[in-house]
Amino acid sequence: MAIELKMPALSPTMEEGTLARWLVKEGDTVSAGDVLAEIETDKATMEFESIDEGTVGKILVPEGSEGVKVGTVIAVLAAEGEDVASAAAPAPAAAETPAEEQKSSESEAPKGKAPSGTEKLAATAKPVSDPDVPPGTNMVRLTVREALRDAMAEEMRRDERVFVMGEEVAEYQGAYKVTQGLLEEFGPKRVIDTPITEYGFAGIGTGAAMGGLRPIVEFMTFNFAMQAIDHIVNSAAKTNYMSGGQMRCPVVFRGPNGAASRVAAQHSQNFGPWYASVPGLIVIAPYDASDAKGLLKAAIRSEDPVVFLENELVYGRSFEVAQLDDHVLPIGKARIVREGSDVTIVSYSIGVGLALEAAETLAGEGIDAEVVDLRTLRPLDRETILASLAKTNRLVIAEEGWPTCSIASEVMAICMEDGFDHLDAPVLRVCNEDVPLPYAANLEHLALIDAGRIAEAARKVCYRN
Amino acid sequence: MARAARSNAAKTKRNSSEDAAASSGNFELRSLQERFEKNRRYKAEPELLLHLYEQMLLIRRFEEKAGQLYGLGLIGGFCHLYIGQEAVAVGLQSALQEGKDSVITGYRDHGHMLAYGIDPKIIMAELTGRQAGISKGKGGSMHMFSTEHAFYGGHGIVGAQVPLGAGLAFAHKYRDDGGICLAYFGDGAANQGQVYETFNMASLWNLPIVFAIENNQYAMGTSVKRSSAEIEFYRRGTAFRIPGMDVNGMDVLEVRQAAEVAFAHVREGNGPVLMELNTYRYRGHSMSDPAKYRTREEVQNVREHSDPIEGAKADLLKLGVDEEKLKDIDKRIKAQVAEAADFAETSPEPSPDELYTDVLVGSY
Ligand SMILES: Cc1ncc(C[n+]2csc(CCOP(=O)(O)OP(=O)(O)O)c2C)c(N)n1
Ligand SMILES: [Mg+2]
Repeated sequence: MAIELKMPALSPTMEEGTLARWLVKEGDTVSAGDVLAEIETDKATMEFESIDEGTVGKILVPEGSEGVKVGTVIAVLAAEGEDVASAAAPAPAAAETPAEEQKSSESEAPKGKAPSGTEKLAATAKPVSDPDVPPGTNMVRLTVREALRDAMAEEMRRDERVFVMGEEVAEYQGAYKVTQGLLEEFGPKRVIDTPITEYGFAGIGTGAAMGGLRPIVEFMTFNFAMQAIDHIVNSAAKTNYMSGGQMRCPVVFRGPNGAASRVAAQHSQNFGPWYASVPGLIVIAPYDASDAKGLLKAAIRSEDPVVFLENELVYGRSFEVAQLDDHVLPIGKARIVREGSDVTIVSYSIGVGLALEAAETLAGEGIDAEVVDLRTLRPLDRETILASLAKTNRLVIAEEGWPTCSIASEVMAICMEDGFDHLDAPVLRVCNEDVPLPYAANLEHLALIDAGRIAEAARKVCYRN
Repeated sequence: MARAARSNAAKTKRNSSEDAAASSGNFELRSLQERFEKNRRYKAEPELLLHLYEQMLLIRRFEEKAGQLYGLGLIGGFCHLYIGQEAVAVGLQSALQEGKDSVITGYRDHGHMLAYGIDPKIIMAELTGRQAGISKGKGGSMHMFSTEHAFYGGHGIVGAQVPLGAGLAFAHKYRDDGGICLAYFGDGAANQGQVYETFNMASLWNLPIVFAIENNQYAMGTSVKRSSAEIEFYRRGTAFRIPGMDVNGMDVLEVRQAAEVAFAHVREGNGPVLMELNTYRYRGHSMSDPAKYRTREEVQNVREHSDPIEGAKADLLKLGVDEEKLKDIDKRIKAQVAEAADFAETSPEPSPDELYTDVLVGSY
């Protein structure tokens, strides 16, 4: 039987890719392990290897094709002894599985890729321009990944003391490609690959900051920073205080935080609330590219230790970024990303995209929601939260993380302490389910927040429905 | 390249300094290695070798299928394949006493489970995140466990399984049940600090544990020499008075022989052993690894010259096993793997209630 070669998923988040180059042509014989094609994902160019042996029949997707959906049949392979011509018959593309077939199998096991909980987190939302940028400034579109890289590169050009260290940051260009190109520009003295020893290199980074340098310590993900949390909390955060203000520790700990896609319990946690509970730390968790760039630059310049929480699912999203010589944003200031008058939705990081999506839905129902992006989790911008509450009198917090002892709980406490007189309804929080994140696609989907749940909470505090 | 082919000259040079370093007291760093070197390959009856061959082939075909299912979007997240390293898990675990001894490893764990005879269907169903999976679909590729087989995971945090393994060994000793723990970890994991904290305590307390470093030459995109000041991992126990063994992990009979020597030493109450198994991973670190850190030639060279399955096959033919018999085995395994994949594709997802089960054992 002819074997259909389908566009492979080459990473947990890949949904489509570019078929950059065919390395075989029709009629070629291939064996297992031969490279058939080069495929570009948002992160890298990957080689697509043959798993079977046979003869290449029809090539159905020509090279250079962009946006080829995972699962699309891209070529047909005739097995040994099989007629190549018969294998050349175009097979139906998997990506176009008739809706009928899907329906009939609904009651049975799911066929193909089930929607994962993180897909909904990855849905793009409309960006809103930053009020801190003067109107008329030239804007460029950058991914969050590029914005973070640019921030580091600019600060490294500006200040000799700044260097980056972490696992795979140099030669591999970053596990998530955030440090792409830095080794080339700044060399191995300032862009340093470490062994897998988080506790050790977080300590070395902290010590180097005490010694007068400006380290950026990348954790491949913040899940692994738990190995190093003692240095973040005990060494970095408390030194200035314990030394009576003599000993500074201007280190930045950065990396992706929160749920990624289907990577299960040990790799999917939001540590925002953990670090935000520690006096002596600055904690930043931006959403869009402009904030990512402006706040990372501010973090690197800060005299204080900063925990800078990124999000893998947001790295590939593009946003407008002001083309300024020095785009630095204030730490500790929230931002109103959407103005509204009926209800306030407070969020941060990936939750902001979902909050904006919920606000769109609500707008269609006549509810005008204001969306506040906290951006900095410590110190928390109480004023902006309370001012928005005073305006709308209703508030919902959306957080991609556990509800217990969360940023959401903190915002609720602020509303109770200082905003009680403005409240027309109880504050509600929308968080992930209070369980370790499961691997199964359907359970992951159920465990994570989504725009629907945020909109539902907003309706509730508006006493609609 | 797999260091299995390193020159002997380099080895001899190192030994003299090691002897000096280890000369105090009755500690002999090289004693196990010397015993092992007298007879490096296990003398296996054809039946046993055939069994080991079959297990390795099952792992290979299973992993190839898992790679395919990942490409089709049926498996998500991280999926680390064991292709190339089969002889390590199969050789070591075949020398364990199943049910009595315990095993623990990292996230590259499919092979270790298959080597224990765990049903490929429920492993594959875990990979696709289904209720019938070994962790009810809640753990996925990196987090699989079987208390029935004393297989304790399946751990996603690099290095964490090493002290956990010592804890399992501690329990064996505490209960005096005669069991030992086999704790696997990678060359990259070997740099984590907790590994050395564990070495010290395991040696100090004479715990029945075998530390098995699967040196597949890379930790993600970092080659051993770019991450490690001492790349002879079997020597890393020296400071803790743990004897080391340097083993060709591409030869299942050599692995088995080394296991016999190491396990006997540990079982007799002599404390931990550190084994370095030199091996090679053919595929990327996980499914999303562009693998620009090594050449295709390097991979091809190992595949062609040191493949553990091809090696065992050649041995079997030499022992007079019929080639047809091997073909039949191949066919049978392909069918078994296809069945596992079908099962994993068609069995239902976990019920939504499972989201809240197993968080805690008690109700409070
Ligand atoms: C504490 C920690 N840091 C980083 C990672 C990310 N990570 C997963 S596997 C891996 C490489 C490990 O290499 P090695 O120990 O040699 O094992 P191999 O993958 O080669 O089997 C890294 C860096 C992790 N899972 N845990
Ligand atoms: Mg390795």
